[in-house]
Amino acid sequence: MAKVLVKGNEAIAQAAINAGCQCYFGYPITPQSEIGEYMGKHLPKLGRTFITAESELASINMVIGAGTTGTKAMTSSSSCGIALMQEAFSAMCCAEVPGVIVSVMRGGPGLGNIAPAQADYFQALKGGGNGDYKLIVLSPSTVQEAIDLTYKAFHLALTYRNPVMLLADGILGQMMEPAEFGEYPYKDPDVSEWALSGANNRPARNIVSLHMPEGAMEELTNRIFEKYALVAKNETMYEDYMLKDAKLVLTAFGSVGRVAKAAVNRARKMGMKVGLFRPITLFPFPDKALHQVAQNADMILDLELNKGQMLLDVRSAVFGACPVEFYGRTAGGLLTPDMIMAKIEELYKKLDNTEESKAGVR
Amino acid sequence: MEGELSVIISGFGGQGALFAGILLCHTAVLEGKHTTWFPSYGAEMRGGAVNCAVNISDHDVPSPIIDKADAVIALNDASQEKFENKVKPGGFMIINSSLSHHKPKRTDIKYINIPLNELAQKLTQPAFVNVMALGAFIEKTGILKLESIKEVMKEMAKTVSAKKAALLPNNLECVEFGANIIKNQLVTV
Repeated sequence: MAKVLVKGNEAIAQAAINAGCQCYFGYPITPQSEIGEYMGKHLPKLGRTFITAESELASINMVIGAGTTGTKAMTSSSSCGIALMQEAFSAMCCAEVPGVIVSVMRGGPGLGNIAPAQADYFQALKGGGNGDYKLIVLSPSTVQEAIDLTYKAFHLALTYRNPVMLLADGILGQMMEPAEFGEYPYKDPDVSEWALSGANNRPARNIVSLHMPEGAMEELTNRIFEKYALVAKNETMYEDYMLKDAKLVLTAFGSVGRVAKAAVNRARKMGMKVGLFRPITLFPFPDKALHQVAQNADMILDLELNKGQMLLDVRSAVFGACPVEFYGRTAGGLLTPDMIMAKIEELYKKLDNTEESKAGVR
Repeated sequence: MEGELSVIISGFGGQGALFAGILLCHTAVLEGKHTTWFPSYGAEMRGGAVNCAVNISDHDVPSPIIDKADAVIALNDASQEKFENKVKPGGFMIINSSLSHHKPKRTDIKYINIPLNELAQKLTQPAFVNVMALGAFIEKTGILKLESIKEVMKEMAKTVSAKKAALLPNNLECVEFGANIIKNQLVTV
């Protein structure tokens, strides 16, 4: 199939349709409204379900309803809309209900603004809902990757019976570039063992998130965390861009990853050994791989469109192997290649000086 | 033409600045090039200011966000003011002199003043200043072929309503005329 010019939001919607998404429930909010619009236009024609819910709270609870029957379902929203869904995410993880959530981040906190941002990393990765739980979080950086990871999101949700979040931002949602859809590449697991399908000729089942008997909740949580360990073992993804000899390693996720790549290209042309480590799965975070990279690097520069959120996971993975610097803008302020380049030059000079002084000691 | 090029297209809502960017991207795809389109988005309305940044390259385009562009197409006066300092030194600006009368502020870029509204309205009704500007841009840069953008327009006309498709001849005339403005040096560059 040839490449087509497509907008990030519409690419996600079409990929969800290709993935076999039967139900979309959502409430419009910039910068992701095109997802709902696209679904509204196409799902009914395919005999599938599209509902504009009365709120984000309703949307995600409809996803739970569909998910308990083993049906592929999704919702999409942005920052303050996703905030309203946190309680349901916790419930889904506990009850092991699959579902796909697309979060296209905008400026915050509060209602914030509609400009691109990445300040909902904590919201996606560190909860908001109660209890020990984790969403599987995938972070696309190009429209092509948005398509590929939407496919993966539906597959992982059913495979691990856990909600999966596609964490994008206003840049990726609104931009257009050529991409290829191909076909949904996965074979999904059989859901008949657990799905609520009507108890005709079989004993009744229930799917709940309340477990009162002594020890039951701890046992369940331990089992769910064994599942998360398996997710970490099997599904961790990251991009290694010119890391082999890199002295200064940039870390960035999503759209910032690609802007950082432009800066890496420029730095390399100027003879600076700069590389990019881009986590593609944010949970599971590629911490072992990043630690290895840090051991061979002189410094890490973490770049984000927030005040330093993934930074905590970067520091935790690096674990003192090398210094970690942070550079970010937030609430709609963008990082451009020039800005990143200026920061690279500033830090790289420090590295060079350090090496000279080392040489002096010798 | 080989290479890479970035352009900002800006105007007031309704002039088709965003659509012009999409047309360029489709043309780039048709020619097998890499391309990105990133718009100002959200609260804009007819009459408000809108712009998009387009990259066209033979190689992968990492960043859709650009600091400075090789070219700016300013379809109204506010766009000239807003983006004059966004042109790379040695770059150029196509200015719709029907709507913008600002004196040039820079000496390190070229200004191509075209009275797009007058010329387009004389040529066809309804007129398409965005497409005429694209014709001039393509001829000036040589990054894409005029035939390719015409091909894209013809293909697009097949996917829209009959009412819109009926405007294809006007669009083709405007883009051709835009290219001729540069080719025949009808304006001083």
